Amino acid sequence: MARSTFVYVTYIRTTPEKLWSALTDAQFMKQYWFGMHCECQWTAGSPWKLVSETGQVLDAGDIIEAEPPRRLVIRWRHQNKPEFKAEGDSRCTMELEPVGAAVKLSITHSIERDSSKLIEAVSGGWPKILSNLKSLLETGSAVLADPYPAATARAG
Amino acid sequence: MTKQPADPDLLFKALADPNRRKLLDLLHAHDGRTLGELCEHLDMSRQGVTQHLGVLEAANLVATLRRGREKLHFLNPVPLQEIYERWIAKFEKPRLKALADLKQQLEKT
Repeated sequence: MARSTFVYVTYIRTTPEKLWSALTDAQFMKQYWFGMHCECQWTAGSPWKLVSETGQVLDAGDIIEAEPPRRLVIRWRHQNKPEFKAEGDSRCTMELEPVGAAVKLSITHSIERDSSKLIEAVSGGWPKILSNLKSLLETGSAVLADPYPAATARAG
Repeated sequence: MTKQPADPDLLFKALADPNRRKLLDLLHAHDGRTLGELCEHLDMSRQGVTQHLGVLEAANLVATLRRGREKLHFLNPVPLQEIYERWIAKFEKPRLKALADLKQQLEKT
């Protein structure tokens, strides 16, 4: 079957436990996920939601696998834009693997269809979110407060 | 594996070769390709392509996934985003401000 997949890998100087907590703590998440956060119990079968700063549910689904602090699999369906929602369920896998003094975080986001618009859209977001998360864990502050800094600079 | 994949030297060295940049472009156009598929687009031995992919993987610009017997190569955009934030965004801002000021000046008269 045709499939669209994006893979993102970053190495973060931290421990798997701290990284797991950064990926699952709603308050901490807002600092690197541009104000968004997840609502979830983080156990297999529990519902999962990605919520915007204004409380809008952007994506929803459930936890397929949760194995702290190693592996998390989310069934992920977009809720906001009709063309993305129509593509159905995608699957986001997060794997944490210690490498020396760092943790290799691999995120694989895929959907069982060719040329997915959803996967294309998330592919712009994930690198920024992960880069922010890395800076936050390693230096204590996120680099980007705004996902589109150039656009803001032009508007200002 | 004990090398430091976050080392910026590895990243810039990996980008400093036209064949490796071509591999990144090929993966950008169509992700998740096998070694054989990538070889079709490069005038180079299979072994040469393997070596270039190894350099890109060490710099974390390419990530691989196994699917059955196949090894699929994916572009990993995260280090490029880090270069952008570290080396490009901060130099771009003054220029954008200069353009915005120019526009304001011109439109005022």
